[in-house]
Amino acid sequence: MEIEKLICDDCLIMRLRGELDHHQAEQVRAAADEALQDKGLQRLILNLGGLSFMDSAGIGVILGRYKQMQQRQGQMAICEIPRAVAKVLEISGIPRVIPFYKSEIEALRQTARGAAVKRRARQR
Amino acid sequence: MKSQSYMKLEIPSRSDNEAFARVVVAAFASRLDPTLDEISDIKTAVSEAVTNAIIHAYEDRVGLITITAYLEQNKLTVEIKDEGIGIEDLEMARQPLYTSKPELDRSGMGFTIMENFMDEVKVYSAPGKGTTVVLVKEIRSKKELPSS
Repeated sequence: MEIEKLICDDCLIMRLRGELDHHQAEQVRAAADEALQDKGLQRLILNLGGLSFMDSAGIGVILGRYKQMQQRQGQMAICEIPRAVAKVLEISGIPRVIPFYKSEIEALRQTARGAAVKRRARQR
Repeated sequence: MKSQSYMKLEIPSRSDNEAFARVVVAAFASRLDPTLDEISDIKTAVSEAVTNAIIHAYEDRVGLITITAYLEQNKLTVEIKDEGIGIEDLEMARQPLYTSKPELDRSGMGFTIMENFMDEVKVYSAPGKGTTVVLVKEIRSKKELPSS
């Protein structure tokens, strides 16, 4: 499993490559935990484009990170979903809570917009 | 032997064997010339059953997982057997989102995925003795094994 981490403003982007199963899940969780120690990060985008396999362990990792982002009142998005992974995501119900985007750039743009709305709401 | 085409694999219940187990079963099933989606379904379901054996059946120890697979006409049957702690309440274990280990970031979707990805899922379990999960999938797409 390869994990590439990028930070863009207040957004952490994680690009996952390989097979996300129970064996690899811990690595993803640890990588996210390490990066998210920076409390200034308010957005998390998971780019699944490089995944060739994912089972329910991946669902657990995604929902775990979602809870983490919710706790800091941040946002999360998923992008570039490969066909091999789409069915598992669909069954999990994740699309009802986390938005999916075709590309990383679209996810970045849309979450930035959401963050601005949230900031305005807080100021009022 | 019940079937003319079968395989048997024994592995220790270590998580680094999850990928190996699902790839072996997928390679065996490829004799039926399944589609990529069917292969993906089989790999995912096998991965769920094997992971359950590693996390739940054997918890903190390493035990034996036996995987047997059969091909009959266009039907694949996979049995994943452990000799671990067994499942007390099968009905509860199969409920979507139920997990006995929420602290591990487990989603509780394992059986739900097996049921969605395969045509049939049977679970036999005796507390203290072990669990056997039987997964059946008909390969709809293409060829059947020769009948003689």
